[in-house]
Amino acid sequence: MIIAEQKSFDEIAKMAANFDKVLLLGCNECVTVCLAGGEKEVGVLAASLRLLRKQGDRPLTTLEETITRQCEWEYLDQIEKLAEEADCIISMACGVGVQFVAERFPDKWVIPALNTKSAGGSVQHGVWEERCGLCGECILYKTGGVCPVARCSKRILNGPCGGSQNGKCEVKDVDCIWDQIYKRMAALGRMDWLMEIELEKDWSKARDGGPRKLVREDVMISE
Amino acid sequence: MSENKSRLQTLFEQGEFVVTGEIGPPKSANGEGIRKHAEHLKGYCDATNLTDNQTAIVRLSSIAAGMHVLKAGGEPIIQMTCRDRNRIAIQSDLLGAYSLGMKNMLCLTGDHQSFGNHPTAANVFDVDSIQLIRMVKRMRDERVFACGEEIKKDEPRFFIGAVANPFADPFEVRVYRMEKKINAGAQFFQTQIIFDLERFERWMELVRERGLHERAYIMAGVMPVKSAKVAAYMQKSVSGMIVPDEMVTRLKQAEDQQAEAVEICVEQIKHVMNIKGVRGVHIMAVGWEEIVPVIVEKAGLLPRPQAAGITQAAG
Ligand code: SF4
Ligand code: SF4
Repeated sequence: MIIAEQKSFDEIAKMAANFDKVLLLGCNECVTVCLAGGEKEVGVLAASLRLLRKQGDRPLTTLEETITRQCEWEYLDQIEKLAEEADCIISMACGVGVQFVAERFPDKWVIPALNTKSAGGSVQHGVWEERCGLCGECILYKTGGVCPVARCSKRILNGPCGGSQNGKCEVKDVDCIWDQIYKRMAALGRMDWLMEIELEKDWSKARDGGPRKLVREDVMISE
Repeated sequence: MSENKSRLQTLFEQGEFVVTGEIGPPKSANGEGIRKHAEHLKGYCDATNLTDNQTAIVRLSSIAAGMHVLKAGGEPIIQMTCRDRNRIAIQSDLLGAYSLGMKNMLCLTGDHQSFGNHPTAANVFDVDSIQLIRMVKRMRDERVFACGEEIKKDEPRFFIGAVANPFADPFEVRVYRMEKKINAGAQFFQTQIIFDLERFERWMELVRERGLHERAYIMAGVMPVKSAKVAAYMQKSVSGMIVPDEMVTRLKQAEDQQAEAVEICVEQIKHVMNIKGVRGVHIMAVGWEEIVPVIVEKAGLLPRPQAAGITQAAG
């Protein structure tokens, strides 16, 4: 799923300072699971913003709603009326949701309440780790199902580098993923695979090739 | 094939025990210091590494530094990392460096930018060190760019170096990765600085078991550690390096710590010289370059040999 984290309250409050009636829009998917932008967080943020503004001389009216998915027109259609009422929408979805909201409601100012972090999952309560770098051409079959593109600090494809120490990465407090790849390949009896030189990656499939667009004619609905 | 080989490669092929040094380019636009160091090392080191924005700190470029070394009559080993350049920039720099007369290229992945003075910079890591090695080799031997396009004339013909760290983990993997580098085209290796001789010997055993010492020239990395304080710092703060307690203690108890540092370094050199498969030493004394001649002399490595057919002075 997409991992996101709420921006600081100060930052959100500053972005919303010039509006009097805001719609706080949560999303029921990933950001609910990672406790950043679901119904509960919408409620807390709305209350905090109101409280802050009450202390000043410009009180704030909040509308609150959490929809199934912000990255789908169908669900955004359902809040059309609510959106009309507000002079600004604070989206508590990932960057994708924010943009869908902005596109669906072109005359509304949209504020992102979260910082979108990575594609990953929760490894223990309160800890989320990146797993996929969305490189566009998956090579997990070569590395025992462990991704060096997203999880090696230097995205080395023939690792580990000389900084791997006690299973830890030299760059930051994460596991050296090449240490894990080797352990896994050894356990699976595939060490010889790692002796093959992995050639230069085709980054044109990744973001380096420009914004990516996927077209599947087989599922398109023709007029 | 008769070709214009580097002094470094020629010496290895002659069977000499090779000595290389290292110069860290300055954080300024002045090559004076590099030239001075290069002149200073002349006659003591057979070739000199020029680091590439080491520890991700902006410095005068390694290729430009190599030019200063050439002008001073020395032989540069250009370090090339994958952190700051994509495959286009790397190949362009390879062409440029070779056109200027540089013949040795040391390929590394490079330190992460978070260690340096621009931690908020984007990194590149388009290719890794093994892919880089292969790229340099293919340009030379197959006369093709990384994309496969033919290099119609004047391909760069580098003597290709790489690094190996016997002190990183997992231990056995270090040797596999070295073998992979050789398979990719690495011809000589400089190791990470060795303080733990016992571990280095165990590593060399694995190297010999796989016959790697016969497929590439291995240089042991050594470093004179100026004081007990520096040693203790390195023990704590430099990743990928094992500094034994005895060394710290020995320095601490010495009357003259600098003299002791030289003594320790010389002992280490004499030790590694006797390990089968070690073909040279790489002395890293960045910030203390002036001590290198003393060490080389005390280790009994003088005079430096002549490379047949090469008149250029050592450096
Ligand atoms: S190889 Fe690419 S697609 Fe596969 S997990 Fe890693 S980043 Fe994601
Ligand atoms: S220590 Fe491991 S994870 Fe970190 S950069 Fe090196 S190979 Fe990658």
